[in-house]
Amino acid sequence: MSDTPNIGFVRHEPIPPSAPPIQQAGMVKWMRENLFSNWINSILTILSIYFVAKIILASTPWMWNGVWTTSSLRECREVLQGTSGACWSVLAERWNQMLFGFKYPVEAYWRPTLAFVLLLVCIAPILFQKLPRNMLIFSAIYPFLAFWLIWGGTVLTPVVVAVSLIAGYLAFVKIERLTGFATGLLSGVVAVALVLYLGSFVTAALPEFIALEPVASRDMGGFMLNLILGTVCVSLSIPLGIILALGRQSNMPIIKGICVVFIEFIRGVPLITLLFVANVVLSYFFPPGTNLDLILRVIIMITLFSAAYIAEVIRGGLAALPRGQYEAADSLGLDYPQAMRLIILPQALKISIPGIVNVAVGLFKDTTLVSVISMFDLVGMIRGPISSSTAWTGIYWELYLFAILLFFVVCYGISQYSQWLERQLRTDHH
Amino acid sequence: MSSTTQTRASKFSLSMLINDTRYRSTTFQVIALIGLIFAMGYLVSNLLSNLADAGLNISWRFFGETAGYDINQMPIEYNNQMSHGRASLVGAVNTLIVAFLACVSATILGVVAGVLRLSNNWVVSKLMAIYVEAFRNVPVLIWILIIFLVMSNVLPQPREFRGDAAASSMWFDMVAFTNRGVYIPRLVLDDLGWVVFAAFGLSIIGVFAFRRYARNLLFNTGRLIPTFLPSIGILIIPTVLVYFALGSPIGLENPALKGFNFKGGLHLRLSLIALWFALAIYTGAFIAENVRAGIQAISYGQTEAAAALGMRPGRIMSLIILPQALRVIVPPLISQYLNITKNSSLAIAVGYMDITGTLGGITLNQTGRAIECILVLMLFYLVISLSISAIMNVYNNAMKLKER
Repeated sequence: MSDTPNIGFVRHEPIPPSAPPIQQAGMVKWMRENLFSNWINSILTILSIYFVAKIILASTPWMWNGVWTTSSLRECREVLQGTSGACWSVLAERWNQMLFGFKYPVEAYWRPTLAFVLLLVCIAPILFQKLPRNMLIFSAIYPFLAFWLIWGGTVLTPVVVAVSLIAGYLAFVKIERLTGFATGLLSGVVAVALVLYLGSFVTAALPEFIALEPVASRDMGGFMLNLILGTVCVSLSIPLGIILALGRQSNMPIIKGICVVFIEFIRGVPLITLLFVANVVLSYFFPPGTNLDLILRVIIMITLFSAAYIAEVIRGGLAALPRGQYEAADSLGLDYPQAMRLIILPQALKISIPGIVNVAVGLFKDTTLVSVISMFDLVGMIRGPISSSTAWTGIYWELYLFAILLFFVVCYGISQYSQWLERQLRTDHH
Repeated sequence: MSSTTQTRASKFSLSMLINDTRYRSTTFQVIALIGLIFAMGYLVSNLLSNLADAGLNISWRFFGETAGYDINQMPIEYNNQMSHGRASLVGAVNTLIVAFLACVSATILGVVAGVLRLSNNWVVSKLMAIYVEAFRNVPVLIWILIIFLVMSNVLPQPREFRGDAAASSMWFDMVAFTNRGVYIPRLVLDDLGWVVFAAFGLSIIGVFAFRRYARNLLFNTGRLIPTFLPSIGILIIPTVLVYFALGSPIGLENPALKGFNFKGGLHLRLSLIALWFALAIYTGAFIAENVRAGIQAISYGQTEAAAALGMRPGRIMSLIILPQALRVIVPPLISQYLNITKNSSLAIAVGYMDITGTLGGITLNQTGRAIECILVLMLFYLVISLSISAIMNVYNNAMKLKER
């Protein structure tokens, strides 16, 4: 160092980086890139901000000034005295009708509420594979428990049905080992029918055995009815949809033809016409004397409706499986039912779950159509008893905002789940 | 036992119907067919005995009988002395009208929203995301009812347009928004009015011919001539010239306030507007998602490759991206049109007289012929669905990637 004295200055530390130009950093850069990158974008940004601000400025005082404690729309107007404000009292007074319908006994509200909470517990292990698998036992029990909670009556009715299904399953397993799938299925059905027949004597003899107060189907209403129709019809239509999809994929022309005609017919007509069928035509097709109530007929028609759509989704899943899977199953010597149950369906169902979830969301929204055939679901309650009551005539935003909120929470939640699941099932690397 | 089955020349035995793959599928199909016939027979016999009990029969004669009810929107001639068949026809035309209007506006809305959702403008893309999620996740019935209720509560009554200091006034003296509906001017054609339309039709053909000429010129000589402005010129100028040359044969009939209501012009009822807007906004949200998915499905390498060939951004979009994206977008788009047509049956909730309101509503209630009415109603929708599917199949086959 000492032999280079002529160097006047040696920098020993790096120059600190100077700050980027103000237009290239932080908030300003972000805004320049994302809001005002060119004149079209600038106009769009300003216009959108203007409209959003306008909507917020108009709606916030309206919501915030809302009245919660009056007992009619007239009183609301008196309290507000011309200032902008919502009349939320209609929700405070009628929330129970909008959730449970106007005939469900008030002291029994805890039953559907409990059933709803348990529903979440029931579907959790089905939706999330990471949860402990023995939670599925509860999912299997749940349908019978929910039926008992919502409809009431003796606990023996759902127990008998459950026992008959268990008996049928056991018979199926035993006989299938010995002879084969078809006879196993047949003996399972026979066992179910037999236990049901015997059990009907037991329930008839003990109608008060651990009984809840029975509630008739026609007393169901409100958002509860939407949820019942949605969950029951979707769960019933999945097995039916699988059968239809397999039938449509089969190479037996008659069976394929039956399935194609059924699926295309159902998919070609609007749900309303099917609900009309449930309302006025379907009872003609039952033996004289049977008197199915409307909710059951509607469940039948909506189940057929969604089964056709689910069948198309599952057919997509079946078609997406590589040919080799079918051939591998054949070369292992599996027969058709074994190949389907062990090889094909587990994979096909897995890839069709997002599609099935989409159908389920659509179907849940479509359950509002039952208000057209004068059933009092959430929309039916709003259009019928609440809007036509003298106290609340002329009120609509508050009621429909409540309905929008309920449907949005459920449907958006399900569709977010579906997107999460698609990310989980994706095995490639993006 | 086993020794007999192992002989080559085994005779046909009954168990082979199940166990031999040569016969098994036939056996199953015969069983299915017999089961189907029995089920159908059972249902039909129930139907017949129930009908006999109720003193009814299946008869189509009511289609010729006098309907006796009025329909508030009559695109074709109708009065209440005409038959139920005619009333159904009016309803069918009304269904097609609202479905057509909703399809066109849903497409425009959906394409705009889908493209804007991909925009790099943060505010706009977030707004479009909110629009799509809000409308997709709420039943369309609720939107129809809300739009109907808001319009009938917020818009002024026709009498508020009266007097010198009226509370409301018409737009440009041509359009009136009232709570009974929107009144817009109607086209009135003179004798020679059709000539103007014919001229316009010919100009459209002329535009296509010009673009074809320009393309051939480009391919043959490499000369690029402007097409956009000349196309607009060809489209507009001859029609305007013909219009004035014939002495304005097409006039406008403006609605005018007579007494307590507007007369003249074209009356769009609130039920039509509510149904049309709700279907358009709701389905537009779905179409926006389809459009977004279609554009995103085209890999970015396509854009880069086109840019590397020296194409301008507009041409990259119209020549490279869109033709490929359309292959992805159009099939779900057409099934959305199908959904619009089927959802238009919700008209019954706001009293729009489509075929569900006439044939499936009033005619059914008046005649009590539920089975016949619903059967015809279903057939109507089925025919529309199947024809739209047929169009879709033709399109798919035409646009299929040609693999060699």
